[in-house]
Amino acid sequence: MINRRSTLKSMALGAVSTLAIAAVGISYAQAENKELKIGFVGVTSGPAAAWGTSNVRSMQTRAAWLNEKGGVKIGNDTYNINIVTFDDQKDPKRAIAGMEKMAQEGIHYVVGPNVDDGAAAVRPVAEANGIIYFPYAFPKALYQKPASNAVLGMIANYQSGPAIYKYLKENKGVKKIAFVAANESDPLSQRDSGVEAAKALGLEIVAQNDTYQNDTRDFTPVLTPIVALKPDLLVLSGVAPANAPLLIRAARELGYEGLISTETAQDAKVLQEGAGEYANGFISVGGASTPEIASDEMKEFVTRYTKMFGEYNDESNTKVYALEYILDTLKANPAALNDVAEFKKTIDTFSAPNPYLKGDAKLSYVGATSFGQKRQLSVPMVVNEYKDGAFHTLFVGSVD
Amino acid sequence: MEQVIANGLYLGAQYALIALGLTLIFALMNVLNFAHGQMYVLGGFITYTVYGQLGLPFVVALLASGVTLAVIGALMEKFLFRTVIRRSHREESTMLLAAATAFFFDAVILLLFGEKQRGVPKIVKGVFNDVGIIMPYDRIVVGALAIVFIAAFVLYMQYSRVGRAMRALAQDRVAAQLMGVRVDRYSMIGFAMGAMLAGVVGGLLVTITGVNSGIGGPISIKAFLMVMIGGAGVVGGAIAGGFILGMMESVGLTVLREYGDVTYLVIFAALMVFLSVRPNGLMGKPWG
Repeated sequence: MINRRSTLKSMALGAVSTLAIAAVGISYAQAENKELKIGFVGVTSGPAAAWGTSNVRSMQTRAAWLNEKGGVKIGNDTYNINIVTFDDQKDPKRAIAGMEKMAQEGIHYVVGPNVDDGAAAVRPVAEANGIIYFPYAFPKALYQKPASNAVLGMIANYQSGPAIYKYLKENKGVKKIAFVAANESDPLSQRDSGVEAAKALGLEIVAQNDTYQNDTRDFTPVLTPIVALKPDLLVLSGVAPANAPLLIRAARELGYEGLISTETAQDAKVLQEGAGEYANGFISVGGASTPEIASDEMKEFVTRYTKMFGEYNDESNTKVYALEYILDTLKANPAALNDVAEFKKTIDTFSAPNPYLKGDAKLSYVGATSFGQKRQLSVPMVVNEYKDGAFHTLFVGSVD
Repeated sequence: MEQVIANGLYLGAQYALIALGLTLIFALMNVLNFAHGQMYVLGGFITYTVYGQLGLPFVVALLASGVTLAVIGALMEKFLFRTVIRRSHREESTMLLAAATAFFFDAVILLLFGEKQRGVPKIVKGVFNDVGIIMPYDRIVVGALAIVFIAAFVLYMQYSRVGRAMRALAQDRVAAQLMGVRVDRYSMIGFAMGAMLAGVVGGLLVTITGVNSGIGGPISIKAFLMVMIGGAGVVGGAIAGGFILGMMESVGLTVLREYGDVTYLVIFAALMVFLSVRPNGLMGKPWG
């Protein structure tokens, strides 16, 4: 007999069954793809936040893009990429804590840290826990034997500096060179190697001891004595993107008419807002998004990044690469998913198409000349010249 | 040498203006406002948005920075510092609260304005180049404005009713209260004025040095340095401290440049010796 009570009971059972089926369906769909966690340990707050933020956002943009396309197939499984981030606040102690967190989460591949002391500090943790990490820091000891877990994520200044100085000596008649650096480990070491490179090229060094506090807001007193020496080229060693426009503007306002360069990546909008037309002619090292060499995929990356975060950061032209390398190397050898020894084996022979450059450029690991082993991402060494709000390619080099 | 002196005077004027708001709040409420640098940054970003992004006149942007920070300062005093001062007799409670607000502002500013360095178009173009001095006109304008603001502030504190009440509060809180000064009201006005000064100077200097979300802490440290030199809670001391620090920086960076970055090392060492001899700074009083 069908009464009101049994009808209600049937309806409730039906609803519960429908919900259960839907829930199973949803969880099944979610379970289709496995999860691959890739870590980031670097600076995303404080004065140097721009360095790490461009890293994280590049990774998040690419991960979202890949996940939207259905994930990444590695071996027999397809993975959704999950970026796990940790802000080390440019503090080596926090960088260690961050790397330990990655180890606890079972992560084997970490991008960062962004600075020398952080990268050196995390080395024991990474080596003890089977983590391959990709610092944006230049000390050679990180990449030379017996170290083997760090892979340099960009072009080092001791690789780009000599190429830039040589180009400027031969093409712009540079004879006298001056260096100015922030009083921190990265800029100072970059200055020292820059001085060595300039000496090797026979350039006259008119200033090499001038430094400034990284939180300086007004660089006129710093640059007044340097400008008086009238160098042909003023090198802003390891300059932070926040300080570059201020230094350029102060130098130009003091009447400096020579060339200005740096070996770090910069952002065109920051230069435009902070230095305006004074920044025209400023030379820096970038990645792969100048119109001359950027592929359609790179252009789409820029569009997606801008859509996700409101504004693109030109530093990401270099930082777009690390995640790509990790995933493509894992694709080449799926056994490396949980065994970094396999990853290291693959490094020596790895080669894949470079999606961000026009033509048939390849992704591969380099660094044999600088480090005695392949522990560097082959990122195009694009030397840019800033003009009227955009970077223009001056020349493209490479590292072996 | 003319250039070095000009650099020092310009730096001094901007430093003095930065330190004024900090010392005012300390004088009135005995609160070390660790968030002063963050207030400066917020003022800079408001001017950046109004003048640089929306294209409104610079004066409007400066006004917006000052008013916004004044409102924020008043709210902070009323709902945070007043409550803590009423409930806790431990001085470190307000210090911890100030530090917490600094971290809070850091996070909010980073979230709202992003990680990039920001700048705005120059308010005046061209460079003065004569008598051995090179000085861009916008620096001259900003330096002059800083001096005008400092003078206006000193005159306001000296001759206005509000200024007199705040000075009375700073000298002796209890006596001022017994004489009918409304302590809560003038504390709030004083905190708002201190915050407003931070906002205005942030807005003013964004035209020269730009602004980014990470500079709040270093700005606060420099402001504390000036206040320590001049004497905590004394307006004249903050002004003197600003000019002394500016001049020391300018001279040090020229004279000591061959020895690397020792200018601040020398400044800090000199400050330690100075404070051991005069712990209350140039104009500070032992009783506060």
